[in-house]
Amino acid sequence: MRHTISVLVENQFGVLARVAGMFSGRGFNIDSLNVAPTHDPLLSRITVVLKGDEAALDLAIKQLRKLVNVVEAVDFKADEAVVRELMLVKVKADTKARSEIMQICDIFRTKIVHVSAGDVIIEVTGDEGKAAAFLKLVEPFGILGLARTGVLALKR
Amino acid sequence: MPKPAKPTAPAAFPQPDIGREMNGADCVVECLIREGVNVIFAYPGGASQELHQALARTDKIRTILPRHEQGGSFAAEGFARATGKVGVCMATSGPGATNLMSAIADAFMDSIPLICLTGQVYSKFIGKMAFQETDFYGMTLPVVKHSYLVMDAKELPRIFKEAFHIARSGRPGPVIIDLPKDVQQTRLQPVFPATVEFSNPLLTSEPRATDEQLSQILTLIAEAKKPVIYAGGGLISSGAHAELKTFAEKANLMVATTLMGVGAFPESHKLSLQWFGMHGAAYGNWAVDQCDLLLCLGARFDDRITGNTAHFAASAKIVHVDIDASEHNKNKRVLLPVAGDIRDALRRLNALMTARGFTPPDTKPWQTQLNAWKRDYPFAYEQSRHIVPQEAVATLYELTKGDAIITTGVGQHQMWAAQFYRFNEPRRYLSSLGLGAMGFGYPAAMGAKVAFPDKQVIDIDGDGSFVMNIQELATCHIEKIAAKAMILNNQHLGMVVQWEDRFYKSIRGNTILGDENNIGSPDNPDALYPDFVKIAEGFGVKGRRVIKKSELKAAIQEMLDHDGPYVLDVIVPYTEHVLPMIPAGKTVKDMLLK
Repeated sequence: MRHTISVLVENQFGVLARVAGMFSGRGFNIDSLNVAPTHDPLLSRITVVLKGDEAALDLAIKQLRKLVNVVEAVDFKADEAVVRELMLVKVKADTKARSEIMQICDIFRTKIVHVSAGDVIIEVTGDEGKAAAFLKLVEPFGILGLARTGVLALKR
Repeated sequence: MPKPAKPTAPAAFPQPDIGREMNGADCVVECLIREGVNVIFAYPGGASQELHQALARTDKIRTILPRHEQGGSFAAEGFARATGKVGVCMATSGPGATNLMSAIADAFMDSIPLICLTGQVYSKFIGKMAFQETDFYGMTLPVVKHSYLVMDAKELPRIFKEAFHIARSGRPGPVIIDLPKDVQQTRLQPVFPATVEFSNPLLTSEPRATDEQLSQILTLIAEAKKPVIYAGGGLISSGAHAELKTFAEKANLMVATTLMGVGAFPESHKLSLQWFGMHGAAYGNWAVDQCDLLLCLGARFDDRITGNTAHFAASAKIVHVDIDASEHNKNKRVLLPVAGDIRDALRRLNALMTARGFTPPDTKPWQTQLNAWKRDYPFAYEQSRHIVPQEAVATLYELTKGDAIITTGVGQHQMWAAQFYRFNEPRRYLSSLGLGAMGFGYPAAMGAKVAFPDKQVIDIDGDGSFVMNIQELATCHIEKIAAKAMILNNQHLGMVVQWEDRFYKSIRGNTILGDENNIGSPDNPDALYPDFVKIAEGFGVKGRRVIKKSELKAAIQEMLDHDGPYVLDVIVPYTEHVLPMIPAGKTVKDMLLK
């Protein structure tokens, strides 16, 4: 099963390695991982999405809670948290294709944040479903590059 | 590295202490003194030289030079295991640091409070593959309770205070502090904090069993017909052996310990089932297998205890008291997990029993059965015309009247030491149990002997394990540490040979330690290899080889009477197997009794 795990940690070097090691050392493959400071600059939030055996993951989370630099660690149940992702996607867009791409962007309420002669960069925010649907529609134009934050989650 | 300010300030705010101006290395030594450290096992090198210079400037800490960093770190562990205090060792960067790795992993597995200081290259060289540079912080991550790489000398006082707190509090464990050379050289006026603060709430407020949980435990005991206690190393860490004795007597419960728990309950007590597990007492294993209530106190359902977990204590209700909640339901689902310090839980259980006038349940048929098993299936061995290893341990027990600290290497001798020496007190059987690190025995004995110079400290070792840290004979000779080694020398890696004999058709896969075409034995003494007495002599240590059964007792007595380190090389046949034995992954029903 897929899990979204949120870990509040002290904003110090080495903490990410400790948290990531708790998963990698047990053979979990991380689907996405995001880390950034919170409103308190001394604390950071790490959001990890991964698939894994229930019991093994439960143990990993309990052991995460023992790490000295960890303040809290939660495995969000479905709908327990608001989940979003930010994606930047560079799409091939000559003058002919540009207007059609802009229409798709409008429908998806995404933003074009950069335009050049042959391509555009689009900022997509939403849940993973929206990102996937959007990518499916722009794919025929040619995707030249993609960067995404991975899932961010905050308890409701 | 700023430290988050925490709103957990105590009511009466203790003031930090401002020290004189000094360099980082002197500050490290000052921090150690403030934590009550009076001995450190330290091997110098380029990146830790400043620290050795600072140690040379104090008379408050005895610095012992081991002959290998691994020996020094196992000695620090031996010191910690014998005393319950934090053991401290130090090495230089790179190869010095990597040589500490086994002891760190060992302390992690067995929950031993250990601080390892390592020199590191100048911070400007970090990450550049400088001479003797390794990312020790990175490579130790999976086997430490916590670790620090100090980048600012001003942080030293806080880091050391935190590190010692982390190492000894809760479930103890190893903490490493990596110290770049420039940090050691920096001039500073240190500010020693009066308290430590952590963002993680588990570090400052230990979990405590609730009254409801304790009450429920008593109800479960009252309802049980076949209860038994499964007591682990946590009892020793928390210093709860006296409370356990009271508890077992008040509730009339028999106690089987793990190997880590050996000595947590007096083995001569009528309620003792000694220790159980793969090579433990048959009656201890049967008791746990057949019980209807298993009270697990400070243990972790290790595979060498449970065998196949699905069949472990299959018909029992299981209560698991442990300070580390991540151990609950890890290897075995339990009915009642209780997070809390065991000493506190047992004290309150004892008080609760008194307050309620608790009457133990009628378990007479059960205890009659257990006592019959105990009588009929004791740890036993067959006499031979040669000295057998079990006999050597039993004789040592008899001659020391059970009053010695025993350390071991890893293998058959480690099991026989636990089977045939009786332990009635905690911190008397010091052994690498979770990690199973060969070479642990002699340096651990050295560390324990430094802590208890007036006690007999004897390493019961194998000829394989002993060689792994044999260089520490030099340390013991030079430092006048009278740690003794009794080698059960069978010229083989006995435990692996035993598995070869049982499961691999006796095909020898690199398990013979001498010339395989001319194997030494009590019947072939000329081929014995190596000559441990000569090696000891080279180190300036007295040694003796004993082959004849008739000379065993006198030889052991000579070792005990000698005022200094000693090597007693006891030649035994390699054909003895450690029994009973529950093969790995099997169940109590598969236990081999012969």
